[in-house]
Amino acid sequence: MAKKPISFVLNGQDTSVFVEQGGNLLDELRRTVGDLSPKFGCGQGTCGACTVLINGEPQLSCLVLAERVEGQRIDTNGGLAEGPDLHPLQKAFVEGFAAQCGFCSSGMLMAAKALLDRNASPSRDEIAEAISGNLCRCTGYEPIIDAIVVAAENMRRRTT
Amino acid sequence: MSRVEFRKDLFADERSDDLNEVGKPTIRQDIIGHVRGTTRFYDDHLFDGLLHMRCVRSPHHHARIRNINVSGAESMPGVRRIVMPSDVPNNLNTLLSLIGFGRDDEPLLSSAKVAYKGEPVCAVIADTERQARDAVAAIKVDWEVLPHVLDVEQAIQPDAPVVNETYPNNLFDYGRFDHQKLRFGDVHSAMQRADKIVEGQYQMSPIEQAPMETCGAIAAPETNERIVCHTATQALFFSLGTTAKLLDVPSSRLHFIGGTVGGGFGGKVDSITEPMAVLGALLTGKPVKFHWDREEEMQVGAPRGAERWVIRDGVMNDGSIIAREFTGYFDCGAYTRLSSYAIQKGVGHLPGPYTIPNVAANVYCVYTNRTPATAMRGFGITGVDFAIESHMDKVAEAVGMNPIELRIHNAYRDGDMKAHRRVAKNTALIECCQVAAQKSNWQLGPQYASASSLRDGGSTERAAIPETAVDMVGKIGERRSSSIAASPAQGTERVPAGQASELLSPLPLQHADMQIEPSRVGHTVKATAPLANAAGAPPPAATAHRETTQPPATQVSTPVSQQSPVSPPESLPASSTGSYQQPPRDQPAASPPEAPAVKPYEPQERFNKGMNRPGAARHLINRRRR
Repeated sequence: MAKKPISFVLNGQDTSVFVEQGGNLLDELRRTVGDLSPKFGCGQGTCGACTVLINGEPQLSCLVLAERVEGQRIDTNGGLAEGPDLHPLQKAFVEGFAAQCGFCSSGMLMAAKALLDRNASPSRDEIAEAISGNLCRCTGYEPIIDAIVVAAENMRRRTT
Repeated sequence: MSRVEFRKDLFADERSDDLNEVGKPTIRQDIIGHVRGTTRFYDDHLFDGLLHMRCVRSPHHHARIRNINVSGAESMPGVRRIVMPSDVPNNLNTLLSLIGFGRDDEPLLSSAKVAYKGEPVCAVIADTERQARDAVAAIKVDWEVLPHVLDVEQAIQPDAPVVNETYPNNLFDYGRFDHQKLRFGDVHSAMQRADKIVEGQYQMSPIEQAPMETCGAIAAPETNERIVCHTATQALFFSLGTTAKLLDVPSSRLHFIGGTVGGGFGGKVDSITEPMAVLGALLTGKPVKFHWDREEEMQVGAPRGAERWVIRDGVMNDGSIIAREFTGYFDCGAYTRLSSYAIQKGVGHLPGPYTIPNVAANVYCVYTNRTPATAMRGFGITGVDFAIESHMDKVAEAVGMNPIELRIHNAYRDGDMKAHRRVAKNTALIECCQVAAQKSNWQLGPQYASASSLRDGGSTERAAIPETAVDMVGKIGERRSSSIAASPAQGTERVPAGQASELLSPLPLQHADMQIEPSRVGHTVKATAPLANAAGAPPPAATAHRETTQPPATQVSTPVSQQSPVSPPESLPASSTGSYQQPPRDQPAASPPEAPAVKPYEPQERFNKGMNRPGAARHLINRRRR
């Protein structure tokens, strides 16, 4: 089957690749583009480890056809840090022990980023709702929610 | 001077000995990579021309393979290779053979029959995962569906289907016994003294570890004739050794890279994906990825096995538990994996964190047509702890006692002897109970609130190993007379267990304390003489070992113990040897439900610990290193 050329903006950079027709975005990001930060946990849209932002909205990249992202803006955890400086969310995850094996972290961070981008001071319930599509098997959700609360505080302090 | 001190001496100026880290938060060394998404899990290693391997799996719990038709799949686009069981050089293994425990019982790919749903029979290697899936779907297997058994107690009935031909009684073989045995003191007479007998049955289902990252491995040829394998395993050298054995390659040709695991919880020790990926790389000369999708992880990924426990306590009215006996059934699924070891671990834990002077346990490792079970956090302990603590509540109810006070009353204390004959140290159950009571506003009587694990333990009575019946080789088991003079004060022919002994002639079973739940253990006790005979002059069968009196489960697969009965020591009087070779009785008249086309595994000699036995790979050493 002929591959299809597509272009999109990945973490602020113009990206053009040939993708398998019918291939999913997760596979193409990982194997073709080489951004390995989204993970394959289930391939069925249940675990959230492959969460990326498409035009700012959290999406499960294992369920998105790669051809559909033509011209869209995609953000992954691979582009979250600014060079050597961790994003406040990443920093809070480190300091709050919100990652153990690290397999869910990339998806969890992107779901949290989407939340903080539209709501700078979410309640714990809103955070729980926002990460409800992301499973974690090691850390448990409390340290993750705590870290997102801390990150939100730090980001508000930084902007005011 | 010890090695550590030597190092401290030489590098005193380079090394701070301020290692007081306990109680202080410490940042994980790998967490920066985790939050940046740069941590390399096994699947984050990219290879040009990576091939994908997928298995054809059984849709049945138990079935014989009549034929596998791969002709359609071979010519499909992208298919590089169909991998058949005959491609596996040494296609029989048991995980713990690396430590010399158990017989090889599990093929990497099954050629004769499948014993659980999802068991692999062959595999496809193709250019893309999708092509591999399509080819797998095109392979036609002609199944002869066999009767299956999914319940532990049904599996040890005489007419149960044979799950695993290596263990034709559907029970793992612990040396002379078909179960793991624990004897401490005299449960039977203590039960007769007890004010109350409290009995309960407890059961837990299999639990899947469900790690976020499914099991998988990528293997690729390196430039130096070696194979590199990136794997999600939790047990890198275990996986390496297993791969070397199954594929009959020297381990020096295998370059295993692991250590980064996307969650494991015990589910990634079974070393299945690594030999498959390495086999693929050896057969194709290309990088090959073998991984389980989520459905496979849930269906064929080995869970924590199901357990069923029957606990019977002899309790005094003041809450003292003076006797406790267990019958345990571990559902190990179709193959042994780690269940046999989990049971030994669990039995070492009995009777829980309590000081009980008389303890007995018979724990069975039962094969059923369910997914093989393996390790999971605290494995071997968690299930029986659930049973024990549930039972403590039941005992508290029976004697009308506050359940936390009952626990403190019976709790082990420092210096007490445990049933596995180690002195308890650093005990803290009492303190745990006190904190739990405090946090939940649960009132404790003053003597319980002030109790301490550091006090009242290790008295002569509590620290002693009680007199315990032992068998003729000095193991805890059936009652035998001894050439060692028993303590005159005791005036019996019994000796404390754990002493080296030369025990000579079998004695009749004096009473029933060696038999727990005889009505529930199926054919393994069926041939033993009824307990009623035991008091008088018994027939020879009364002293026969259970495992030597089983009828063969099928005509083709004679129990190992029948082929090579336990030989009594040379010094044993000839007249008593008869009891060891009790001919099988109650042989099923009806034809067994299955007639395997393939000859089951038959060891030439009785299994011994160590590597020198049939089925062990040639490259494994025969001796333990000293």
